[in-house]
Amino acid sequence: MKFGIVVFPGSNCDTDAYHAVVDGLGEPAVYLWHKSHDLEEVDVVVLPGGFAYGDYLRAGAIARFSPIMQEVAEHAQRGGPVLAICNGFQVACEAGLLPGALARNVGLQFISDTVRVRVETTETIFTAAYGRGQVLAIPIAHGEGRYYADAETLDRLDGEGQVVFRYHGDNPNGSARDIAGIVNAGGNVLGLMPHPERACDARVGSVDGLALFSSLLSRVAAT
Amino acid sequence: MTRFRVSVEIRPRDGILDPQGRAVADALRTLGFAAVHDVHVGRFVVLEADAASPDAASADVERMCQRLLANPVVEDYRITAVVPQVASA
Repeated sequence: MKFGIVVFPGSNCDTDAYHAVVDGLGEPAVYLWHKSHDLEEVDVVVLPGGFAYGDYLRAGAIARFSPIMQEVAEHAQRGGPVLAICNGFQVACEAGLLPGALARNVGLQFISDTVRVRVETTETIFTAAYGRGQVLAIPIAHGEGRYYADAETLDRLDGEGQVVFRYHGDNPNGSARDIAGIVNAGGNVLGLMPHPERACDARVGSVDGLALFSSLLSRVAAT
Repeated sequence: MTRFRVSVEIRPRDGILDPQGRAVADALRTLGFAAVHDVHVGRFVVLEADAASPDAASADVERMCQRLLANPVVEDYRITAVVPQVASA
């Protein structure tokens, strides 16, 4: 199964994602430059963390108009999996691939820490290999990670099982309903602020993110 | 066509937590400005664009706000000034 990792100017977790896929999961990955219009027949698109376009204007606001985002949107519309991590989550919200927005952390500080994240559903292609209610240790690194959506949207996300991850214990950034990650209505686009790709190697402290990638491998490769 | 200088004010939507505004309000009160109740911190965008009329310039910038300059999920915007500049050749 082939992963395509989009590289925007200012992406800085693209190599972490590559390492997770190639060395952690053992599957092939390619980098996709943001100016390209070619997804190179990848099965899964990763929108990685970082500061695309320096977060100018708003995080993700300019990156969403990168040429390749047109192809990423079409891939998502066809039901193709998109894994949008941190800045990628911000880009996906700005692009309308996911509802809501990521606002400034409630405490105003940029937070770089390992947090506890609870798996809320295993009924997604991203979480099939986890246990429901399983608590993971996953790093976060963001200044604008406070998930916001209106009450109606939040109710819909809750009701449809689209809240995939919640912060467990402390809510580090003030996200609505402790939301750390959501999927779209189709279940094929996941956005999350924590960095599972940085928790795929015991040498850096946690392997709790690896099952997200192995979930994709078992669920996507099977289709 | 005339060149217009258009000013746009973008700020967190009312009712949405604005931690930056709150921190500034706290700082102002600490400085002794006890009368301060509420502060909101946003962005101010000034751009120059060619258009046939002030209304056309305003309508153009309105579309720019909807597509890029503001995020309607969390922000409100207001065009605060449309000022003609020197006529282009």
